[in-house]
Amino acid sequence: MNERLMGEIIASMEEELANGIKKTGIKGNHVWMTVEQSVFPKIAGHIHNSWGATLVSMHAVDNRFISSDYKLCIILALKGEDDFVTLVTSVDSKDTVFPSVTPEIFSADWYEREINDMFGLQAKGHPDLKPLVLYDDWPEGTYPLRKDFAADSRVLRIPRPYNYRNVEGEGVFVIPVGPVHAGVIEPGHFRFSVAGEPIIDLELRLGYVHKGIEKISERMPYSKGVLLAERISGDNSFAHSLAYCQAVEALCNAKVPERSRFVRCIFSELERIYNHLGDVGGIALDTAFSIGAQHAYILRERVMDINDLLTGSRFLRGVNCLGGVWKGIDERGRSKLIERLVMVKLDFQEFYDEVIGTPSVMDRLETTGVLSYEAAKDLNIVGPGARASGIDRDVRRDHPYAAYRDLSFKVPILTQGDVNARFQVKSEEIFESISIIEQALSNMPEGEPRIDIPTPEPGRTAMSLVESPRGELLHWIVSGEGKPFRHKIRDASFHNWRAMEVAVLGNIVPDFPLVNKSFSLSYSGNDL
Amino acid sequence: MSSSNDELERSGRQLEARIKKAFGRSLAIREVDSGSCNACEVEVNALTNPIFDIERFGLHIVASPRHADALLVTGPVARNMEHALMQTYLATPDHKIVIATGACACSGGIFKDCYATTNGLDKLLPVDVYIPGCPPRPQAIIQGLMVALDKMKEKAGHSTTSSKRLLDNDNGASGVAHDVF
Ligand code: SF4
Repeated sequence: MNERLMGEIIASMEEELANGIKKTGIKGNHVWMTVEQSVFPKIAGHIHNSWGATLVSMHAVDNRFISSDYKLCIILALKGEDDFVTLVTSVDSKDTVFPSVTPEIFSADWYEREINDMFGLQAKGHPDLKPLVLYDDWPEGTYPLRKDFAADSRVLRIPRPYNYRNVEGEGVFVIPVGPVHAGVIEPGHFRFSVAGEPIIDLELRLGYVHKGIEKISERMPYSKGVLLAERISGDNSFAHSLAYCQAVEALCNAKVPERSRFVRCIFSELERIYNHLGDVGGIALDTAFSIGAQHAYILRERVMDINDLLTGSRFLRGVNCLGGVWKGIDERGRSKLIERLVMVKLDFQEFYDEVIGTPSVMDRLETTGVLSYEAAKDLNIVGPGARASGIDRDVRRDHPYAAYRDLSFKVPILTQGDVNARFQVKSEEIFESISIIEQALSNMPEGEPRIDIPTPEPGRTAMSLVESPRGELLHWIVSGEGKPFRHKIRDASFHNWRAMEVAVLGNIVPDFPLVNKSFSLSYSGNDL
Repeated sequence: MSSSNDELERSGRQLEARIKKAFGRSLAIREVDSGSCNACEVEVNALTNPIFDIERFGLHIVASPRHADALLVTGPVARNMEHALMQTYLATPDHKIVIATGACACSGGIFKDCYATTNGLDKLLPVDVYIPGCPPRPQAIIQGLMVALDKMKEKAGHSTTSSKRLLDNDNGASGVAHDVF
């Protein structure tokens, strides 16, 4: 980010907004603006809407013991540039109300509910500030991410009501589903309002698997934090641990060895392949195309098996570490991997042709669960789900990390926004990932896989974005004494769950699992 | 692969024999995610893929607790899942086997000592078998189920903790009196 661009952004604002900017600073590709609370939503809205920026995260920090206030941050990624704007404002420690950003940026909705839950800061003007992750019987006035709340507190259960959206009308009935589902999947509660066959409303209620991960992280030394990051969302272990490591490495300006950057790309892509294989297999299964589904599951198992062979973990755990990776890929591993990828590629092509050539499957996929470009944009949808609705964004290309700058790959974009489009995007991405791994294997330099990095000094801030199989995820850390002072985690699913509420409208209930599978959402990553 | 395949085949067949002896039919398992990171789910799901294919050994993962002989629980029991887990437990017919699957369910794992979790499933329910691992490999889950079946035989001789007795108990996992039951 250069001075000129920052100047242009400020110049494009109305005078009232520009006057509300108290302080600016540039750090790398990041511009920081400390702004007055009153203009905070408007400035965020201006950059988001007029500059076509995307909302990366919105979160709070309890800074009361340092500057006697709470800090509120919004991170926006500028369109088409590898640049970010972070807006910071202060919220009084007594008067914990701040003006809501949701009227300006719709996707701030869940963030503000989360901030209300975890910090007790209320967004004034928010349309429905009900609890997001702490509810049912969580006592009011207790906020886990405040510094004076002990992580191991036992909190009394005091019932309080949860207000579901009320959908009324002749012949309308409600189908409540979950939290414990019929399949072996994570828990969450869905309320479908149905008029005849079509779904006319879906309300999601998540938070069932909230484990207090952000709070736990504040007591974890950085080296152990990697283990925690691996357990935020199990099937995205590598993406999360990578983002965590990159954020900590950025905190102490460490440069990791070249070799590890390539190894990280290889494992990131292996993770993408096995996740996407599970998703496309799941899509086939939910159309009752069992043979196709099993075909994909066999391939997924083959990839997890090669993960195991290379790293000793089917989930690629224990690979990332601060300063690189614990283990490189040796000659034997390399040839095994290449061999396996050739097999996966051929077999996957066969699976793909099988699905495409089965009209009864395609009939279920096409025009089902449509997410329009506009909706995807308003909800800040990320990952394959966004790319299937015409949003041309991929962190690997737009904000390159690890060795992605040195690798060439296509980012498939489709515009239909239906289950089929998501199926196609994921299928193409599998082929792209295989090609990325092949390139990385042949370009990977020799050398040590890791270096020792110093412990970050307290009071610094760093973030890392990673394109996980589900889409863009963020780890944002303010360093404390040997461990994070504040660790904000934002999984792709935190944005993408919202797409479900829109995409299922007008569809029949039996198509819900299909739509769900095509977005592939993590409950654990969302609930933290 | 092939040696581990043989291993799988061997333990699978042993398991099958035990199930036949104990039930004369398949063993029905209901899985409950009480707050896992989802990797444990991935491994439980892997059990039913064509590679592991546990159905051939007489293990059946069922959709409802009412059809289950065993509850396979993953996750550190998130505070927000206690109620749902308890209801699932009560909906499972007696005498049921409860299997804590994964480090989280065994002890709370990396999420222990936290306001939002419990330090393991046995703080809430009587657990018969603990399957360690983070996550346990599919083979380990099969092994654990074998232990569960042996326990089952033992249990048949003794009176077991039934849902009724548990209902009278009010020591919730949070260590405070509450009304989730
Ligand atoms: S035991 Fe490990 S894999 Fe299983 S839920 Fe816990 S953290 Fe995840």
